[in-house]
Amino acid sequence: MADYKLIGKNYSTPDLVAKVTGRAKYAEDFRAEGMLFTKLLLSPMPHGRVRNLDTRAAVAMPGVEAILTADELPEVEAPSEQMLTNEPLYEGEPILAVAAVTEEAAADAIEQVQMDIEPLPFVLDPLDSLRPGGSNARLDGNTRSGSDLVDIKWANVDWSEVDRGTLPTDGEFTDEWGAGDIEAGFAEADLIIDETVFVQSMSHQPLETRTAMAYWQNGKCYLHVSTQSTARTHPAAARWVGVAPEDIVLIAEYCGGGFGSKIAGSIQSGIPALLSRKAGKPVMMRINRQEENFIGRSRPGMVTRVRIGLRNDGRMTAFDWFAVQDGGPYGRSGDFLSAADQGSLMYTPENIRVRGLSVYTNTPPRSAQRAPGGVQVVATVEPLMHRAAKELGIDRLEMIKINAPSGQQVFGRPRQGVRGNVSSAFVREAVDKGAEAFDWEAMKAKSGQRNGSKVTGIGVALSSYSAGASGLDGLLTIRPDGKVYIQQGVGNLGTGSVFDTARAAMEALQTDWEQAEVVWGDTSKHLPWSSVQAGSQTTHAHTRANWAAGLDAKQKLQEIAARDLGGAPESYDVADGRVFRRGNRSQGLTFARAAERAIALGGKYDGHEVSEDLNDMTKAAGAGLAGLGLMGIAKDNFATGGRNMSYAIGFAEVEVDIETGNVSLTDYAVSSDVGTVLHPRTFAAQLHGGGIQGFGYARGQKWIYDRRWGLHVSKRFYSNRPPTLLDIPTQREMKWVAAEVPDPFNPLGARGIGEPSQGAGSGSVQCAIADALESLGEDGQFLRTPIMTDMILTRLEGLPEPHSRLATHT
Amino acid sequence: MGDVEQIQQEATAPDGFSRRSFIKGVIATGASVSASSYVFRDGAVVRAQAPGSVERLVTLTVNGQQRRVDVLPQETLATTLRYKLGLTGTKIGCDRSECGACTVLVEGVPHYSCSMLTHQVRGRTVQTIEGLEAADGTLHPVQQAVVEEQGFQCAFCMPGFVMNMVALVAANPTATRAEAAQYLSGNLCRCADYNKILNVAERAAELSRRS
Repeated sequence: MADYKLIGKNYSTPDLVAKVTGRAKYAEDFRAEGMLFTKLLLSPMPHGRVRNLDTRAAVAMPGVEAILTADELPEVEAPSEQMLTNEPLYEGEPILAVAAVTEEAAADAIEQVQMDIEPLPFVLDPLDSLRPGGSNARLDGNTRSGSDLVDIKWANVDWSEVDRGTLPTDGEFTDEWGAGDIEAGFAEADLIIDETVFVQSMSHQPLETRTAMAYWQNGKCYLHVSTQSTARTHPAAARWVGVAPEDIVLIAEYCGGGFGSKIAGSIQSGIPALLSRKAGKPVMMRINRQEENFIGRSRPGMVTRVRIGLRNDGRMTAFDWFAVQDGGPYGRSGDFLSAADQGSLMYTPENIRVRGLSVYTNTPPRSAQRAPGGVQVVATVEPLMHRAAKELGIDRLEMIKINAPSGQQVFGRPRQGVRGNVSSAFVREAVDKGAEAFDWEAMKAKSGQRNGSKVTGIGVALSSYSAGASGLDGLLTIRPDGKVYIQQGVGNLGTGSVFDTARAAMEALQTDWEQAEVVWGDTSKHLPWSSVQAGSQTTHAHTRANWAAGLDAKQKLQEIAARDLGGAPESYDVADGRVFRRGNRSQGLTFARAAERAIALGGKYDGHEVSEDLNDMTKAAGAGLAGLGLMGIAKDNFATGGRNMSYAIGFAEVEVDIETGNVSLTDYAVSSDVGTVLHPRTFAAQLHGGGIQGFGYARGQKWIYDRRWGLHVSKRFYSNRPPTLLDIPTQREMKWVAAEVPDPFNPLGARGIGEPSQGAGSGSVQCAIADALESLGEDGQFLRTPIMTDMILTRLEGLPEPHSRLATHT
Repeated sequence: MGDVEQIQQEATAPDGFSRRSFIKGVIATGASVSASSYVFRDGAVVRAQAPGSVERLVTLTVNGQQRRVDVLPQETLATTLRYKLGLTGTKIGCDRSECGACTVLVEGVPHYSCSMLTHQVRGRTVQTIEGLEAADGTLHPVQQAVVEEQGFQCAFCMPGFVMNMVALVAANPTATRAEAAQYLSGNLCRCADYNKILNVAERAAELSRRS
C-alpha cells in the first residue's frame, strides 16, 4: 500500500472534545429568546379520514400561540408524504400541531382539539392486501406500477399454499428483470433449494429523535435539524418551508444517528418553521421516543420465494427471486429489487430472474436503512447457502469464493437497458484474510461442541453493498493565518467521514492535520455541493472531491511560487505548510504568505474566478469565500470504473442453550474488501457497529401489532429490543480485518464500508444458530427473522412453530 | 403521611430515590403526565400551587456550584438541567428509563435523570458531563480515554455512558470487559459502537489507575 502521511493512520476527530465535554449542540440543545414548544396531534388509528377539527377550545387555552393543520399545507402528489395529513395512513401520523409557551400548555391544547375522524379499512400485512376482498392501505390503490397507483389482487392464486407457508409465484407483480435462461439454469443444477423466507421490518431508532427548532430573522428561516447530510437537506428544507434556498439557513453540526432515516432530514422538521412564521417567535418541536417510533423510518420487511440452483461443484447456476415487500404507507421503497441486485452480485448466478412488488400497509413509513435490501437478501439467502454447502459437502468459505464476484463483475438489473459493473472486487482476498483472523479451521472444529446445556455453532455470511458516488465538488481556502479551511457539505452523524475525507486534501498538500480546520454543519458557512451522507457514498466521493480541491490548491501554490521566485511551477513542491523549490527547501513561501499573495493576485487564485463545471451551490460557496485566501476548488473529474461496491464477511461463534433457548454470541470477526482504510478506528466502528445492528435483526428486534385495531404495541426500546452491550462478545474484543487492496478508481484507493456490515452480522449469526441446531440433528433453518427464543425452544421440543410462517408483526 | 410529605422525606433519606417514589411524586403533585410524553413547562404559564405542595425555589449543587432554581413539583432532573440550568450535555433519548442517555451522578451514584424529580436531589451533589473537565481544561480520565480511542459514533448516548463509566472506574478500576459490559448495560448505543465502548472503558481504567 502507498506510503501516506495521513491516510490509514489513527487520529482523534476534531469534534470529539466538544462531544465528550457536552459542548456539542444537537438540535434540541439550542435555545432562543421567547421560544415556544410544539406538540402534535397524532392519529389514534391506522387509517382514517378527518371529517372535522374543532380547534376553538384549544386556541382559547392560555399560552397557545399558533396552530397548524394539513389544510394550510400545499397538497403533494400521491404517494408522497406531507408533514401533516387529514387522511392518516398509520397510527401516530401527525394531523395537527400546536405551538404554546410551554410544552405542557401545548399538550393540554392538543387534548382540547375536538377531532371527528372516520375510521377507514386498514391492512398491516402485504399478503392480506393481495387476497381477494382484502383491504388496501390507501384509498388510491395497494401498490405502484410504474408511476401509477394500482390495486392488485391475487384472484388466481391458491391461498391455501400461503396458509401452509409457501409464497406462490403465479400472482401479478409490478417489476421484473432477468438475465440468461432461468429454466436452463435449473436444468443444469444438481441441487435445487426452493423456500419461502420471511424477514421483518425494523425501525431505525436513532438515539436522537428528529427534533427540530426554528426561528425567522430578517425574512430568513433558521432551522436546527437532525440530518445525515447538510448540503442535500438544504433544498429539501426550503421546499418544506416554501421559501427559496437562499432564504433558509440549515444548522446541523451534530446528528445523533440516522442509519438512513435522516438522509435528507425529515419532512416533519418543517413544522416548527411554519409555526414559527405564524407565531412570530422561535419554536422548538421536541420529538419524544414514542413519536419517533411512529414518524421515524423503518426497513421494509418482505416475504420471498427464493429458488437456487447449484452444481455439485458449488457454482450457482440459477437464482430466482419472487418478493412481496411490506411497503409502508408512502413513497416507493425498492428494497426488494436492490436485494436481488445484491444477490446477483454476491453469487454471480449464470441465470437470474427477479419478480416482485411492494404493497402498501398502514404501518410506519419505510425508507432506506443501512444496506436497503442488502440486509434482507443476506438474511434470506445466506442461511440457505449454509445448508447448500453442507448438502454438497463443500467448505462454507470455499462456497463463498466459488460464487464471489471479482474484477469488474457485471451485476444487477439493467438501467437504460444496460447492466452495470462494479469498479473492483477482491472478495476472495477478504475471505482468506477473515479466515486467518477468525482462525477458521480451528473454529470450524468447535461446531457442535457441548458445554453443559450449551452447544456451539459457527456461521459465516457474505454481504455486499454500494460504496461511493463520484462527480461532487471540493472546496478549501488557505488563509493568511496559515491554516487550510476545508469546507464539507456532508453531515456529521458520527461515522467520522466528514473529517476522514477532509484529510485527503491535506494529504494532497502533504501538510500536518493540525494545520487543517474543517468547516461543516451550517449552510451559512459556504458549503460545497456534496454527496448524501448515506449509502456509504461519502468516503469514496469526498476523498475524490477533496483530493481534487487539494491538487487545485497545490497547482496554484506552485504557480504563485514560480511567479514570485522564478522558474517553472513544476519545479516547486508542496509539503509541511510550504511551497518550496525542489532541491532547495529554503527557497519558498509559507502557506500564510502564499495566501496573501493569492489575495493580491485575485482571479482564480483567491476564488474570484472558478471553473464552470462546478455545481451552483459550490459556485455560491466559492463566491462567499472569495478573497479570503488561496482557494482550492474543483469538481471530481477523476475516472470511474463502474459502480463502487464494498463487501463484508461476518464470522460468528454462538452458544445455543438447549434448555432456555438463549443464544449468546461468543466470538465475532469481520473481514472486508473496501480498498484503502482511511482511519482504522472509525472504519472498525462501521464494521462492528453495523454488525451488531445485524445481530439485532437476526435475534430479536421487531414490531408487534394489535391485529384487530391496527395499533403498534412495541413502541418502546424495552419492547422492540435493540441490541445492548450484553448482546456482543465480551470475553474478547471483536476482530476486524481488511483485504487492503486499493480501489483502482479512487485516487487514494478508498471505498465506503457502512452498508454491508449489517448483513454480515445478521447472516453470520443466523447461520451459526443453524449450525448449532444441525449439530444436534435438528433442522437449523427457520426461514424467518428474527430467530426468537421461543422458535428455538419449540424446534428443539418438536412442537408447532409459535409464529404463523409468513405472518408479519407477530 | 401525605404523599407529598413522603416524597420529601424519601428525597432526603440516604437511599430515597426509586422509580416508585418518582411516579408517586408525579401523581401526588397533580401534574399531568400524558400517556404520550413528558412535557416541559418553563414557568410562563403556571397552575396555582396546591396547599402543602413542595417549595419551588430550591438550591441545587451541580458540578460543584450552588444553583438557585425555580422548580415545578413534577419537574424531572433532566428537565431542570437542560432547560433551567443550560446544561444541555445531558441528553434525553427516551424519557422513560430505557436508554440511559440522561445518566448523571448523584452523590457519585449513576441515575437516570429523566426519571428522578429535581426535588429529590436537594441537598445532594449532582455531577453532569459538563462537570468532568478540570478548570484548566484537563479532561477526566474517562473523557481522555474517549478521545484517545475515538470513542462513540453519533455520541448522543455518550454523556450518559461517560457518566456511568466514571462511576464504574471509581467502583471497580480493574473491571474485565465482561464486568464493564454488565455495569454499562443500562445504557443504549444505537450506533452499536459497543466494542469500542468497552475499549474506552478499559483505557479509562488504565488512565485512572495511572493518575
